Amino acid sequence: MTGGLRTNLRVVGALGWRSIRQTFRRPQLMAPILIFPTLLLAIQVGGAGRAVDLPQFPEVNGFLDFMIAGAMVQATLLAGNSGGIALALDIEMGFTDRLLAAPISRFAIVLGRLVGTAALGALTAVWFLAIGLIFGAHIEGGVLGVLLIILLVTCSAVAFGGIGAAIALRSGSASVVQGLFPLVFVILFLSTAFFPEDLLLEPARSVAEWNPLSFIVDGIRDLVVSTFSAGQFFEGVAALALMGLFGIGLSAAAMRGRLRRG
Amino acid sequence: MGLQADLATIRALMRRALNEILRVPGAAIPGVLAPTIFFLGLTAVFGNLTLLPGFTSESYQSFLIPVSLMQGAGFTGAATGVNLARDIEQGWFDRLLASPAPRPVLLAGLVLSASFRALVPATVLLVIGFSLGFHWPGAGGLAIALLITMGMAIVAAAWGTTIALKFKSQSASPLMQAGMLVLILTTTAYAPLALLSGWLQEVARYNPVTQIVDAARQGFVGGVTWNETWPGLLALAGLTALLVALALRGMQRTAD
Repeated sequence: MTGGLRTNLRVVGALGWRSIRQTFRRPQLMAPILIFPTLLLAIQVGGAGRAVDLPQFPEVNGFLDFMIAGAMVQATLLAGNSGGIALALDIEMGFTDRLLAAPISRFAIVLGRLVGTAALGALTAVWFLAIGLIFGAHIEGGVLGVLLIILLVTCSAVAFGGIGAAIALRSGSASVVQGLFPLVFVILFLSTAFFPEDLLLEPARSVAEWNPLSFIVDGIRDLVVSTFSAGQFFEGVAALALMGLFGIGLSAAAMRGRLRRG
Repeated sequence: MGLQADLATIRALMRRALNEILRVPGAAIPGVLAPTIFFLGLTAVFGNLTLLPGFTSESYQSFLIPVSLMQGAGFTGAATGVNLARDIEQGWFDRLLASPAPRPVLLAGLVLSASFRALVPATVLLVIGFSLGFHWPGAGGLAIALLITMGMAIVAAAWGTTIALKFKSQSASPLMQAGMLVLILTTTAYAPLALLSGWLQEVARYNPVTQIVDAARQGFVGGVTWNETWPGLLALAGLTALLVALALRGMQRTAD
């Protein structure tokens, strides 16, 4: 391993660890990632749980089984948003400028933040799996399913974190990134995160049909409500790859723009 | 003379809070945007719940609108708490406490301003709802819904004030918002009581806000009756008394 690569990996590790500690130390960053989606999950399962009696509803063990994937993806979207807010705060406070002046790769700075967001993604996957199992959900995909769920949710956090980081780098303002919080729910409501596509009302149904988030949620959900099916899984992976490339591409462009502006 | 001075102080504090809407229009956006997104989003997602046997309305928009009005009031009330925390952080509230105005008067100015500010998201939601064609609740039904919305904003503002006085920091704002959100959503927000499942049905049965939501909803899903109205008004009065007392206690302690 070359010295430069080793240094960059150390930087990524250190910034990732800092990002995780920062999130746990600031309740205003942590609360939206775990507490809010958990509350919403509990309330929606209790409030709309009888939806499983509707004729078009797919066969599931319970509404909780159906909803877990949506809650996980919601948490990763919010983790991406929180990561963006934290990066914007670093920019506002001058910490990012000091990193940019250091002899390290610019990419390592963004990657360090994304490593932290990925760890939060893995944590949310474990959290919602544990909540699901405690409250009677069945993970039909078994142990392999659990591992693949954790992998998909972690990758989702990286993909959405990339978009959050790009907005933070472009705007340099925490309030701008925070202002995108409601947009997370627009994207969620226009996907299959909370209800099956066939039961959504128009125009949400048409949008959900092509929303990449629907493919990601359905890929994760399939591992909860049935055994592994390659088609659904790889559709989710493809959508994730698309979102990931989009997020990382945007971040790289935003970083270049920030460096050009000085 | 004392009463006149108190009323003038309340008016001045209300004018200061309402001025924010004119001077910083962006400040009102979160309180308007969040309930609007939830109203439109939840309608699109859960709209087919009305097909369940026993659902009390054919239109999910009509069923959901009072909950969105309550959410708007909740966010507006919480914003009052956030603004108070900002005033505490910046030392402006200390100057108010040093003035000869009695504490209940200061609190009245804060919570009453929230009740009027709550009419902003309510108006937006009602315009959207009517343009989407939901059931006209009648003048009486609409008046009750708006009165309850203003009342819930007072409850939320009193809660936000209590939290702001306790933590003295804007970082406590998620607690202000989440507290009201939980109180409002653990009711018949998504479906009638008989169609709720598990723990939520039990919580909703005893949550006083269920009565408040049902009273605000009656005109939108059917006719207005006194039997449906008085439990909601009673629950609202009880919650207001409790949370205003808590806020007042916080204010007295801050003064000590």
